[in-house]
Amino acid sequence: MSNETFSSIDAAPLTAVEKSAAARLGAAFVNRLVIIVPYVWLLFFFLIPFIIVFKISLSQTAIAIPPYAPVLGFGDGVAGFIGQLKQLGLDNYVWLTQDPLYFYAYVSSVVIAAISTVLTLLVGYPVAYGMARAPASLRPTLLMLVILPFWTSFLIRVYAWIGILKPEGLLNQFLLGIGVIHEPLIILNTYTAIFIGIVYSYLPFMVLPLYSALEKMDYSLIEAAKDLGCPPTAAFWKITFPLSLPGVIAGCLLVFIPAVGEFVIPDLLGGSQTLMIGKTLWNEFFSNRDWPVSSAVAVILLLLLIVPIVLFQQAQARAQEQGR
Amino acid sequence: MNTTWSRFNITSIVLGFAFLYLPIVLLVVFSFNASKLVTVWGGFSTKWYVSLFHNQGLMDAAWVTIRVGLVSATVATVLGTLGALALTRYTRFRGRVLFSGMIFAPLVMPDVITGLSLLLLFVAIGLDRGLLTVMLAHITFTMCFVAVVVQSRLITLDRSLEEAAMDLGAPPVKTFFQVTLPVIMPAIVSGWMLAFTLSLDDLVVASFASGPGATTLPMKIYSQVRLGVTPEINAACTLLIAIVALGVLTASVVNKRREVQRRRDEQAAQRG
Repeated sequence: MSNETFSSIDAAPLTAVEKSAAARLGAAFVNRLVIIVPYVWLLFFFLIPFIIVFKISLSQTAIAIPPYAPVLGFGDGVAGFIGQLKQLGLDNYVWLTQDPLYFYAYVSSVVIAAISTVLTLLVGYPVAYGMARAPASLRPTLLMLVILPFWTSFLIRVYAWIGILKPEGLLNQFLLGIGVIHEPLIILNTYTAIFIGIVYSYLPFMVLPLYSALEKMDYSLIEAAKDLGCPPTAAFWKITFPLSLPGVIAGCLLVFIPAVGEFVIPDLLGGSQTLMIGKTLWNEFFSNRDWPVSSAVAVILLLLLIVPIVLFQQAQARAQEQGR
Repeated sequence: MNTTWSRFNITSIVLGFAFLYLPIVLLVVFSFNASKLVTVWGGFSTKWYVSLFHNQGLMDAAWVTIRVGLVSATVATVLGTLGALALTRYTRFRGRVLFSGMIFAPLVMPDVITGLSLLLLFVAIGLDRGLLTVMLAHITFTMCFVAVVVQSRLITLDRSLEEAAMDLGAPPVKTFFQVTLPVIMPAIVSGWMLAFTLSLDDLVVASFASGPGATTLPMKIYSQVRLGVTPEINAACTLLIAIVALGVLTASVVNKRREVQRRRDEQAAQRG
């Protein structure tokens, strides 16, 4: 009530035309701010840092603070700046090609991520399918149950697996107890543990897009196929799977891209014998304190991921257009 | 529909959920283990919770994490909501492709790259690493998640409500605050919660962006986990899970109540 009277008093001295003109001006200003504020933030904290990473990947390692040279600046005038630019070079990238460790780390990261993505799809698809076919009243609860683990810490969920997979851990105790095996299985600190960790941690990312694709599907198509004598397996590959393809693609990209650069899972579950590039970058930075080389590692990793990232963005944009 | 929910569907759901929940359940159960050996049951005890509260390092780290989470989730929610508005309401402006790229790329960007690049930025501009830099880093990557959550609500929003308000003479800003904002509020709230949990959860970006005196809980847990699994960490993790579960539960109850209230109002309006 008081609000209304207030605004009518406020508006009294202005004519209708003046008011709408002022509003339009104000709106134009606000419009611009809506775009500019997040835009500038992301430019400064997301895009510019990449340019800095690229620049430092061309620098030399130095025993100084910060530990690289040259530190670009206009302290010595323009000539000095150009002199500094000349010090930049591709040495770090040459170094990456000379030590086979890096090459193996990249290859094994991509292979591990690819295998884990397929495994996650194999585990996630039946779950998502079952959810989409569940009674409508049950679906929100099931959806909630898939999202819930995502709210609990990633680190904690990975940590939980250490206690399960250890040689004297719960899985081995259980298997020894029921007499399936007679010696504890060595799973922790192997690639198998990394696969389990990635499938487990990223399963919700796979199930959610699959579910939203499968839920929208018209199941009378399947029934029609069945009526026409199509066996269930053929109906699945000819109808269900193609229709769920957008969900499959989105889910696979959501798992694959972060998995390539994963650090926590290979570090905690993979031990020192397994090789992944995220771990290499971390060690290069925190143990060797070699900022230029770790920057070069990051640049190559980003180049590797640029195609899947662009694919992911296009899928997002398409989903957005369809939602309109 | 019920008939098509076959035994296969039910089995796969049960197995899937068992896989998702068993490790967490075991973790919680073993936090009440009296034995110091994490995987051997030695009777029920709450002593690890007691020793947890006497662990000053963990408590300090928890306090740092909560402060970082509250500040960064709040700022990220404002920035992310603006970003979502920019994406859905303005289909044409200069650099829109770059903008949407910068919103979506951080969702899948490996943490090590985000962390390293932000650290190098902070060094380049001479910002001392500490609480502030962790907050800035968390705002940057969580705002994109908020933007995506809010955007998905904005896309399905019925624009006729806003048009009606404007036709009745409400200026755009007022329309936004009195019509649009209340409608998208649930999405904004869940965006905030998502940003908060992401911040609470983050190890890698914080490790790069943090400096002395700003050790977050995940960093502390990580450094202790590397030394070995202890029941005390199990207890800390259980408390974190309990807090998050309580938050999610409250939010869903509040949502449900609001939904019921709305339905009642609608029915009353129809009758009246």
